[in-house]
Amino acid sequence: MKKDGFDRRAFLKSAVAGGAAAATVSVPQSVQAQPTAATAAATAQGYAFLNPEEGAFVEALVDHMVPADELTPKGTDLGLNIFIDRSLAGGWGKGDRLYMQGPWKTGVPSQGYQLPLTPAELYRNGIAAANVHCVKTYKKTFDKVTAAEREEFLLALQAGKVTFENGPPSRTFFTTVYQTVMEGMFADPMYGGNRNKAGWKLIGFPGVIAVNYQNIEKYRDKPFPVNPVGIADMS
Amino acid sequence: MAKKLKEVDVVLVGLGWTGGILAKELTEAGMQVVALERGGMRSTENDYSVPHVRDELRFVHRHDLMQNTQRDTLTVRNNVSQEAQPMRRLGSFLPGEVVGGSGVHWSGHTWRWTDQEFKIRSLYEERYGKKFIPDDMTIQDWGITYAELEPYYEKFEYTAAVSGKAGNLRGQLQAGGNPFEAPRQRDYALPPLTPILASQVFSEAAKNNGYHPFPRPSANASRAYTNPDGSHFGACQYCGYCQRFGCEANAKGSPHMTVIPIAMKNPNFELRTHAWVTRVLKDSTGKRVTGVLYTNTLTGEEVEQPARMVALTAYAINNVHLMLLSGIGRPYDPVSQQGVVGKNYCYQTGASATLFFEGRHFNPFMNAGGSNATIDDFNSTNWEFDRAKAGFIGGYNVGGGFNTALPIGYRPVPRGTPSWGKAWKSATAKWYQTAMNISASGAVMSNRYNYYDLDPTYRNAFGLPLMRMTFDYKENEHKMGRHAAQVINDIAKSMNPTSFNPAIARTEPWTVVPYQSTHNTGGTIMGTNPGNSVLNKYLQSWDCHNLFVVGANVFAHNNSYNPTGPVGALAYWTADAIKNQYMKNPGPLVSA
Repeated sequence: MKKDGFDRRAFLKSAVAGGAAAATVSVPQSVQAQPTAATAAATAQGYAFLNPEEGAFVEALVDHMVPADELTPKGTDLGLNIFIDRSLAGGWGKGDRLYMQGPWKTGVPSQGYQLPLTPAELYRNGIAAANVHCVKTYKKTFDKVTAAEREEFLLALQAGKVTFENGPPSRTFFTTVYQTVMEGMFADPMYGGNRNKAGWKLIGFPGVIAVNYQNIEKYRDKPFPVNPVGIADMS
Repeated sequence: MAKKLKEVDVVLVGLGWTGGILAKELTEAGMQVVALERGGMRSTENDYSVPHVRDELRFVHRHDLMQNTQRDTLTVRNNVSQEAQPMRRLGSFLPGEVVGGSGVHWSGHTWRWTDQEFKIRSLYEERYGKKFIPDDMTIQDWGITYAELEPYYEKFEYTAAVSGKAGNLRGQLQAGGNPFEAPRQRDYALPPLTPILASQVFSEAAKNNGYHPFPRPSANASRAYTNPDGSHFGACQYCGYCQRFGCEANAKGSPHMTVIPIAMKNPNFELRTHAWVTRVLKDSTGKRVTGVLYTNTLTGEEVEQPARMVALTAYAINNVHLMLLSGIGRPYDPVSQQGVVGKNYCYQTGASATLFFEGRHFNPFMNAGGSNATIDDFNSTNWEFDRAKAGFIGGYNVGGGFNTALPIGYRPVPRGTPSWGKAWKSATAKWYQTAMNISASGAVMSNRYNYYDLDPTYRNAFGLPLMRMTFDYKENEHKMGRHAAQVINDIAKSMNPTSFNPAIARTEPWTVVPYQSTHNTGGTIMGTNPGNSVLNKYLQSWDCHNLFVVGANVFAHNNSYNPTGPVGALAYWTADAIKNQYMKNPGPLVSA
């Protein structure tokens, strides 16, 4: 093994006996953690979807959910706001793969998502409604309230104890928001979050390459030396 | 007016495992075969290669290889008094939609279903009496036997590079295998996968509790392999990206790297991708099909492909949908219990515990699709297990290990841990390496009120009614779930974990979120006569003898096991029946 957790030559030799020529994949220049041009481009600042009010909401949200400590930098420093913005601006946010024909009925919880909103529309209208609620309750928008108030509000949202007036169901909004924060934290860094693979380093997840034919025995009940590799590192 | 093409011998609707097997077998027998696949072409080299295949967001959470619900989905409800609503995005199950179908993104678990399923009603009535089976439980014998299917199981296992350990070779029990399996003529194609720590510690605990653990048989090649058709497999790399992904090493037995490329080399075969079949056409007598109508989704053009024989080989749900849309066979009605198409839809149930062992290193990112040790002590295969005492029919298997434990979806923490903030982060970091799972997969018996029909309101992108699924768990599943949770928790406690999140039997109705299992069965079941089934034992339509329907949609009820073993075996069985019987003398292979 040349480098911890990764040896492409060994991988090709052992894995591609089946004739799945991986010749289309170039050998990476570096598999170390330095951001490459591709990751740098993906994590460029600026929003493609969020407006200033929404941007402030999302930044406050991700920094609250993922605060800076000895384990990781804070959410905005990990690009979680960028991940969310890009997700909402892209196909998923626009309802790609979502059945969007009416009639629209609430249904019962076991029937799943039934709103006539794409994820981007749910986010936009949910943020507006959340800010209306925060102003009414705390006299300030979500991004300006105290950390204790923010915590109280998010816990109430998660527990389904908040009712949005003239907005989407608050619990559905929370579910989508929470899902995107966690995706941003642990998805491949090329999507803009998990910057420098901090989410993967937090738990010791090796990322893209995993040639473990021998490691199964070698690292049985032993710590695996993780130096995570992202898609951009190998492209 | 649809463009009408020249008649061919066979049209296959869908090109995954079943379509691929039929394509290879029938073209080799000299038949001219056209396969119509709604998805696009995918290859290991282009689509499943490193690094881009190692993308959890794209393949697990954005469903890259799966059916696009924007174009076609189902409506769902728990019972007939509810109004069905569309499943607006995928969740509970994930049908594939590419060349190779769900055979690309499966985990490879390959089981032999036995006479305990195929003769279920006879066996239970004989041992426990007729009254033991609830009135609304519509289980029935399948009309086939294990002995008939045994050679075809073997053929599929050797085609798909199934790694495992025989438990019963020609009646002789084999140490280390599943002692409850039915006798097999040959051992698996390959030795078992190297066990991971989680499966090892589960096996030890299971043994200490008096159970019989064995390595889960899986189409993950434990070493490089060439199958009897000459298809080459690399060795499994335990990469941790199995379920939901194509395999970059060609170590996971999949149709796109075995049977399909062989068929594609045969001049008798033609594959048309982006071909969405909307109807199977019948002649004026209604006793023969004449071909299919499809839409080329690249151009929108409607095309009629006449054929002397049609085989529906799409995902189980879509096979049933096409039968209902085409008006072949009488639709099932749960009130009168008349009709057969849509009858006996089944699913699976389960329960699971997470165990935490401070100081251990499970390395949950290192595993194969089949890195589980399993016990069958409470499964249908163990007929010694007394159902009178347990109070339920069928059974469940219990497994310990990991399969595709990737970090967006898998971050175990003890119950009560906050969902965000510093405490969440430190708990996530602390427990990721130290946790393992014990899970049960349980059977679902067919029930009078669990069925498919066409939705009266919602339509797909082709203007056709969506299929409506009416399903919920019944008392049999709830009893089984409580039994399974108890067994799991007893095993877990005996392992002395630092802490554990106990298994809790489900009490809520079935729900379309989150993911549970892509093991949807029934709807066009096989059986002994046209009054109780859609297909005969050769998966041939009772109504139209030149129509065959292949897939888990033929199962008369569901087992706890993954369905692909019998799906693959039945595809070979049907191919043989077509080649050896039907081609010589086209007509019903079983007289009604």
